Amino acid sequence: MYDFNLKRILHIDLANYSYFVEERDMGEWIGGTGIATRLLSENMKKDVDPLSEGNVIVFAVGPFTPAYPFASKTVAMFKSPLTGNLGESHAGGRSATAIANAGYDAIVIKGASSKPIYVVIENEKVHFRDARVLWGIEDSLITGRIIAEREIGRGLRTIMRIGGAGEKLIRFAGVMTETYRHFGRTGLGAVFGSKKLKALVVIGRGTKKPSDAKGYREVYSKIFEIATTSDAMKKYYLIGTPVNIAPLNELRALPTRNLESAYFEKAEEISGEKFAEFNLARRIACNHCPTACIHIAALRIPYEDEPYFHKTIMISYDYELIYSLGSMLGVGDRDSLLKLMHRVELYGMDAMSTGVCLAWATEALKKGLISKNDTLIPLEFGNAEAYVKAIDNLYLQPNEFYKTLAQGVEMAARKYGGEEFALAFGGNEMPGYHTGHGGYIGYLIGLRHSHLDNAGYSIDQKAKEELTPEELVDKLVEEESWRQILSSLVVCFFARGVYTPEIVVEAFKPLGIEMSEDELKETGRKIYSEKLKLKKELGFDLSKIRIPKRIFEVETFKGKLDRKYIENALKYYEQRYYEIV
Amino acid sequence: MAKILTIKDIEKCVGCALCMYACSRKSAKNPYIGYDHSGILAISLSGFERGATIIVCRACLEPPCSQVCPTNALVPRKGGGVVYKEKLCIGCNNCIEACTIGAIFKRQDGKVALCIHCGYCVDFCPHDVLEYKEV
Ligand code: SF4
Ligand code: SF4
Repeated sequence: MYDFNLKRILHIDLANYSYFVEERDMGEWIGGTGIATRLLSENMKKDVDPLSEGNVIVFAVGPFTPAYPFASKTVAMFKSPLTGNLGESHAGGRSATAIANAGYDAIVIKGASSKPIYVVIENEKVHFRDARVLWGIEDSLITGRIIAEREIGRGLRTIMRIGGAGEKLIRFAGVMTETYRHFGRTGLGAVFGSKKLKALVVIGRGTKKPSDAKGYREVYSKIFEIATTSDAMKKYYLIGTPVNIAPLNELRALPTRNLESAYFEKAEEISGEKFAEFNLARRIACNHCPTACIHIAALRIPYEDEPYFHKTIMISYDYELIYSLGSMLGVGDRDSLLKLMHRVELYGMDAMSTGVCLAWATEALKKGLISKNDTLIPLEFGNAEAYVKAIDNLYLQPNEFYKTLAQGVEMAARKYGGEEFALAFGGNEMPGYHTGHGGYIGYLIGLRHSHLDNAGYSIDQKAKEELTPEELVDKLVEEESWRQILSSLVVCFFARGVYTPEIVVEAFKPLGIEMSEDELKETGRKIYSEKLKLKKELGFDLSKIRIPKRIFEVETFKGKLDRKYIENALKYYEQRYYEIV
Repeated sequence: MAKILTIKDIEKCVGCALCMYACSRKSAKNPYIGYDHSGILAISLSGFERGATIIVCRACLEPPCSQVCPTNALVPRKGGGVVYKEKLCIGCNNCIEACTIGAIFKRQDGKVALCIHCGYCVDFCPHDVLEYKEV
């Protein structure tokens, strides 16, 4: 039977290769983000060095996994080596459903192995496998393939792994899963690397029963109906997220050449429409998702030294990659852009962080803050070949400069200067929306400093009249609080139009969970506060947050941003939300 | 006329596994959450970007699985495939060995999961990969 309150947590200690299962009542925290916040807080010393063995990784899934479509995200929480405080990222693929099918609500990993290993969770059993042979394989795709050949569970498993970036402790290294989904942001890959954990495989064949059989099938079908016949998911399955490139560029909101401009003259070439017309080869889905938003391009590359010999590589593309490795670097042809995306995928780096770091380096070189002795290659906006080499250098770290840049743009600018144009917020490199006050305040106060925390960029685009700073902050926090529910249910944010409060309440019922819409929203606020509290305990200090001057220099579609407005918003946020937790 | 489940266009498969979850829910009285009770399995060719394979019963007219079942839990079905009498299944797994394409899966409770050609999954494949057709 489905027991919503009782959570099964698998604890793994890499220091002595042991594990145990804990079962306890955590229903008030729902799942996902809610329980991960609690588990991280309980299991980790707050002042720990993120790259030391004291760091703890929590993976959590939710009560809808795998009962309903779209509850396909795994929430990862840890101390971030990039921002120095709370790290959180979400990934789909088969990660969440495999964990749930294996019978767990959460996995807590602590300690560090002295030698490289990978871990296989097979329902009740945990196997620790020697990974010395795999260590040093910089290509995350190859690592995945090798493990796939060796382990059982085809079609039922997730293979989360790091590439070279994680091994080299690049602070914005991600963890890759199957179907090109990533725990991208805030550096989980480096935490894996510091624990000598090359991969985590989870295989599951579990099963559960709803408490109301008829109701369960009915609600399932209803959600499926909405997902496949309404417009709720349309923008994600047709052209996909890159559908936003053209309109955001038209709006003068697409950060270009390190935000020297918010309009990219070559945007049309790298628009979602063009990718769909010329490069789209296939679409694939996360497990239990009818939408299949993952757009895969095929890139055919001839070998120069051998006639009639080609290779074809498959590359996943999305809005954020087109922005960060395209417009942000001035790269306006699709083939070059795909090569950059492939490079970043292979090493397992966060694409946004990589793009922003290289954009800063390009400008810093132009301004003479650093020299060619540092960059080793002549970085220059639009020169994709140079950027491919620079990405290699981020991995190889041949000198002091690349070692520093691999720690993120915040660190690099602190050392070499150019903070005015180092585009990170709270230590996290910026996403691709120069839409207005909402977007930036959203990055600043979002607990992950991500555009997806509170969708400020969307408030900017939808607001008919200019909001006061107070109204704006309230709206952002309200949205972020509701999103705590979605990420505690681990429902994909793209399906937020499907999972309205009403549907969530309805979907709970056949699982034996009674909760009203009001209770649900209240729980969202509670999780938000709990997370903010943890973020502060881990060292986040709002008063130290840096606002790069550059954002005030470039017009948005509503004119230039007003520093006073942002300061007022932050002051209000501090008093109304930040200080009271 | 008897109907069977077939694959219409494997190249359209996105690997979402909705068919697997549907198969687990197929019994109106006894739907399951998860895919332990699924008799259909979507696997990738080293990543779904390279394509998919759907492993599911081919509806043999002379089912080897039924021939090796010691308790008659698998009885040949009109139109092909078998009727699975779960109550009789002792979990010997002979059928798993006998099915040439590996379309019978071991459940956690020891019994087996396989396609019974009911067609429930077809309506839940969002991409028209599966077909329920008359034979
Ligand atoms: S389960 Fe296998 S052996 Fe049995 S009828 Fe189907 S394809 Fe044939
Ligand atoms: S539901 Fe359709 S698209 Fe999804 S895995 Fe099954 S056959 Fe493939």
